[in-house]
Amino acid sequence: MTSSAHVTLRGVTKVFPASDGGPGVHALGPIDIDIRKGEFFAVVGPSGCGKSTMLELLAGLTTPTEGEIEFEGKPIRDIPEGVGVVFQEDACFPWLSVEGNVAFGLRRSNLSADEKARKVAAVIKMMGLSEFSGTYPAQLSGGMRQRVCIARTLVVEPRLILLDEPFGALDQQTRLLMGDEVLRLWRETGATVFLITHALDEAAMLADRIGVMSARPGTLIDVVETKWPADRDSRIVERENFGALTSRLWKSLRDESMKTMGRMGI
Amino acid sequence: MIQSDRRQLINVAILIVGILVFWEIAYLIVGELAMRSPHETFAFTWKLMQTDLFWGHVSETMQAFAMALAIAVGLGLLIGFTLAIHKLSGDAMEPMLVALYSIPKITLYPIILLAFGLGMSAKVAFGAIHGVIPVALFTLNAVRATKPILIKTGRVLKLPPAAMVRTILFPAAVPEIFTGIRVGFSLTLIGTVLGEMFASQRGMGYLLMNAISLYNVDLIMAVTFLLCVFASVVNTALLIIDHRLHHGA
Repeated sequence: MTSSAHVTLRGVTKVFPASDGGPGVHALGPIDIDIRKGEFFAVVGPSGCGKSTMLELLAGLTTPTEGEIEFEGKPIRDIPEGVGVVFQEDACFPWLSVEGNVAFGLRRSNLSADEKARKVAAVIKMMGLSEFSGTYPAQLSGGMRQRVCIARTLVVEPRLILLDEPFGALDQQTRLLMGDEVLRLWRETGATVFLITHALDEAAMLADRIGVMSARPGTLIDVVETKWPADRDSRIVERENFGALTSRLWKSLRDESMKTMGRMGI
Repeated sequence: MIQSDRRQLINVAILIVGILVFWEIAYLIVGELAMRSPHETFAFTWKLMQTDLFWGHVSETMQAFAMALAIAVGLGLLIGFTLAIHKLSGDAMEPMLVALYSIPKITLYPIILLAFGLGMSAKVAFGAIHGVIPVALFTLNAVRATKPILIKTGRVLKLPPAAMVRTILFPAAVPEIFTGIRVGFSLTLIGTVLGEMFASQRGMGYLLMNAISLYNVDLIMAVTFLLCVFASVVNTALLIIDHRLHHGA
């Protein structure tokens, strides 16, 4: 692990065993990468290349077949402390209000009730949900529900935030605005962010570095440094070199996406 | 009162009038031999409700029914959750539960009678076996249908297994479980009254069977009417809660 690395993946592979005892599906790897502390790292890749598997490995939801993953210098064997995950699907608990959903993140916390309430209120305010704190998810839009899920993740103050295509189900305008929100939260919390996305422009706008993955089994075929300032927002798309950046990502990805489409018989 | 509530009340009023008209027509066709008219039934029911003996029977049935329902719900939830969490057992047991659900429970009555004897315990057991299977099946399917993303969220938040069941699986399954309890309620009532009809010296079922053997049409109509009113009122209340649970908080 390098001195500034927050997360390290060394020779990480994942093979899903076949149910009939066959050779199994080689989904990912080998992957070797250091993610720096406080960095916004995005991963793009063709469908089925193992992006979500990589995120599940980092979250401790599954274990690598080979290789080692370290978070803050310690190997990830189980779901690590200090890691928060936001999924693409709506993960709000429909039976809880916005406040209840956010407070759910603190269920295992040893804080006093007052301290928990203060933290929940602060995160709800930070996410712009104050006037909806008593509202139930069914009464909220998709974007608002995703904000609730992000708030529930942030309330535990994670040092590593894993985002699994969190804006995948949202319309383009909401995606851009949510991107701004995420950038603001990233700056305010100082956490390391690991984003999985299939949208090249989203990765180019949000990330400090972008890992480009090959078709399955997914390996990193390119790592692109964006060199954006930390105080960026969605207006970064107006910059001249934004187009060049997305073009480079697409150039790296095009052949891989073609391979996937060929596999799918499209 | 909001518009939809008013429309609902009007619908209920139309339904009640429709039932009364149908009842009156059926009475006119069938005649005094087998039925009584609605107003004769109401009058006899009112008279019956003035007697202490009647309330003794009601109390007996309600006690048996409450115990049977508590057992059906408690056992049904336990079976449903256990089979949902332990996938192999669930896959093996579900077809058996469905088969048990579809057989007429009356075929089990001799065994119940021999096992529990005459009296309260037999009718409680007979009521409970009617209600337990729907509660178990609905619970099993409700827990199985819990969105995997909610379970994954619980795992990420490092919830221990008991907390996972209590704070995610159970609340997520509540709407479907409640539907199971509503179905279980009706079937448990049928089972309890049937139990009283065949082997009991007290209760509404006994009263009904006694009325049949004495050919007391007034009493038959009154007991049937009261059981229908009780089942309808409670079922309607449960249905309203069921709708609220299914259509968001």
